[in-house]
Amino acid sequence: MKKVIMGNHALSYGAMLSRAQVIAAYPITPQTQVVELLSEMCADKILDAKFIKVESEHSAMAACIGASLAGARTFTATSAQGLTLMHELLHWASGGRLPVVMGNINRAMAPGWSIWSDQNDSLSQRDTGWMQFYCASNQEVLDTVIQAFKVSEKLLIPSMVVLDAFSLSHTYEVVEIPEQAKVDEYLPPFRPKIRITPDEPHAFGGLTSPEHYFELRYKLQKDMEKADGVIEETGKEYQKMFGRCLGLVEPYLCEDAEIILITSGTMGYTANVAVEEMRKEGVEVGNLRIRVFRPFPFRKICEILKNAKKVAIVDRNISYGHHGIFYQEVKSALYGKNRNIPLFGFIAGLGGRDITPSTFKEITKYTLKKEKPEDFICWIGVKK
Amino acid sequence: MREKKGMKLSLPEEEYMNPGHLACQGCGATLAMRFVLKALGKRTILCIPACCWSVIDGPFPYSCLEVPIFHCAFETAASSASGVKAGLEMVGDHETTVVAWAGDGGTFDIGIQALSGAAERNDDILYICYDNEAYMNTGIQRSSATPYGAWTTTTPVKHFKNRPKKDIIGIMAAHRIPYIATASIGYPEDLYRKAKKAKEIKGTRFIHIYAPCPTGWKSRPEDTVKLARMVVQNAIFPLFEIENGEKYILNIKLREKKPIIDYLRLQGRFHHLKEEEISLMQEEVDRKWQRLLDLCAKN
Repeated sequence: MKKVIMGNHALSYGAMLSRAQVIAAYPITPQTQVVELLSEMCADKILDAKFIKVESEHSAMAACIGASLAGARTFTATSAQGLTLMHELLHWASGGRLPVVMGNINRAMAPGWSIWSDQNDSLSQRDTGWMQFYCASNQEVLDTVIQAFKVSEKLLIPSMVVLDAFSLSHTYEVVEIPEQAKVDEYLPPFRPKIRITPDEPHAFGGLTSPEHYFELRYKLQKDMEKADGVIEETGKEYQKMFGRCLGLVEPYLCEDAEIILITSGTMGYTANVAVEEMRKEGVEVGNLRIRVFRPFPFRKICEILKNAKKVAIVDRNISYGHHGIFYQEVKSALYGKNRNIPLFGFIAGLGGRDITPSTFKEITKYTLKKEKPEDFICWIGVKK
Repeated sequence: MREKKGMKLSLPEEEYMNPGHLACQGCGATLAMRFVLKALGKRTILCIPACCWSVIDGPFPYSCLEVPIFHCAFETAASSASGVKAGLEMVGDHETTVVAWAGDGGTFDIGIQALSGAAERNDDILYICYDNEAYMNTGIQRSSATPYGAWTTTTPVKHFKNRPKKDIIGIMAAHRIPYIATASIGYPEDLYRKAKKAKEIKGTRFIHIYAPCPTGWKSRPEDTVKLARMVVQNAIFPLFEIENGEKYILNIKLREKKPIIDYLRLQGRFHHLKEEEISLMQEEVDRKWQRLLDLCAKN
């Protein structure tokens, strides 16, 4: 069935089709429609789930963790300040090996108050041990929630499904809503081997001495290293059943490209439009949209950038004192694996400043012109 | 209760807490756990945030309890318990009692938001606060449960705590939850009865257990039970219940209310107090006791 829905509702439908059993959430702009629709679905019994209307995002994540430990499939959604309030518990979910799935609407961090998009909220959760998926369309949002549950439950690592504020969260698009029976076939019920129950009393997360702690973290990393394989595998399986591939990255006209743009989120599709137009003008440019940020798809990225002459990485985020975060990651992916390919790092669109096809044309023009980047960071559209 | 060797047992013989725990000598919190579990039985899950009990239970992979424990984040005892309960319901376990088991810091201070949230929603959890009146696990720092006059490592003798203990029971009563009780490890039968009663009630239940801490109070370990009885008899910590936030029931009536001075003198944390400070404290206890009697008389 096809429906015209907003990005936020794509998250809700994803959670519904995944048969989330416990949802705990707190409202924050621009996430509210996610939980509004889910609360309706629960009240109308379209979705058989407990909805805990908590008093903060911190409690939302705590309740999701508790419910997941009890063996239930859990979902929540948040944004910016809410996500960062959860920060402590993001470690708790991954360290506890609990496959919670969360939607996060990318919103710039205050101060000053901003409700508009940038990626600093989710990217500053980089080292919490969560997988992170950056979506570019409402269809991808819905599909990714279902895939994320499958990957998370296989690896016992939580997942964050990320979408841009407004340009996706509040934008209506045609979305194919898969049949419930087919989703059930793809995503069987969550049946963890170990859960908290009086039938088999264990203490979870107690005081862990240096004798044991190290190994627990080693195992989390080892399973995270398996995640790119599992994502590709489940993505192909999804394609077989639903016709849409869910990979680690989405390259567009990259095979013969001299310049490859690297993007994430909705600007990935904006870049495709620019690439198409520039190709008509004879510019050999391609766009590599990174869909999965954690685990970072090192192998895949090196493979696609193999023949590129220049790479322009566009970050809608910044790590103060360093650079754009995708820039850093791509640079580390290429280290020692590729010839000395010039990497141009651009910061654009912070706090919801528009990123349009002309932004990418400007970036491409600059990259074409220079042999190598003259500035450490190239700022796009900043009023200096 | 069954007869044993001619002695009538006032509590069940079954133990859900094993020897080998890591508590200090004379720890009131261990007795609180032991008595409560006798009442709740095996089908119980504990959510324990950072507090003495997250250490007492024993390090990974050990546990001295026969019931499962979720060691959760400091400020999340209530919200974790709400989540566990919802999760259990969804996997078909409608029977297990889910307990948030937190100290005074985790309840009065850092966990009060989550507790208030769960209580307002009337989530089906039993919240138990064992109160040793300071952050004992981190080395005796004041909490909002520390009483007026007490020394702690952050309220040194020269600047002893000059604010009264937070009225957590009043706060919980304002949420109009179905059941609230105070209890003391010095009155095990009363504590047992309250835990048992709470187990059978649906919705948010709150039990506030007075649990002396010899290490932090600078009292003798052998005085723990004595202090836990004196504190009831001098009306600093009266034993009562509140049903639906309104109906107050006094459990231990005091024919002769004892002065607080003897109780204070057994604890090093109050040694610095002068007579005039103690008489001010006595006045405050008398005032609060009268207020409680008035509330109970309304029923």
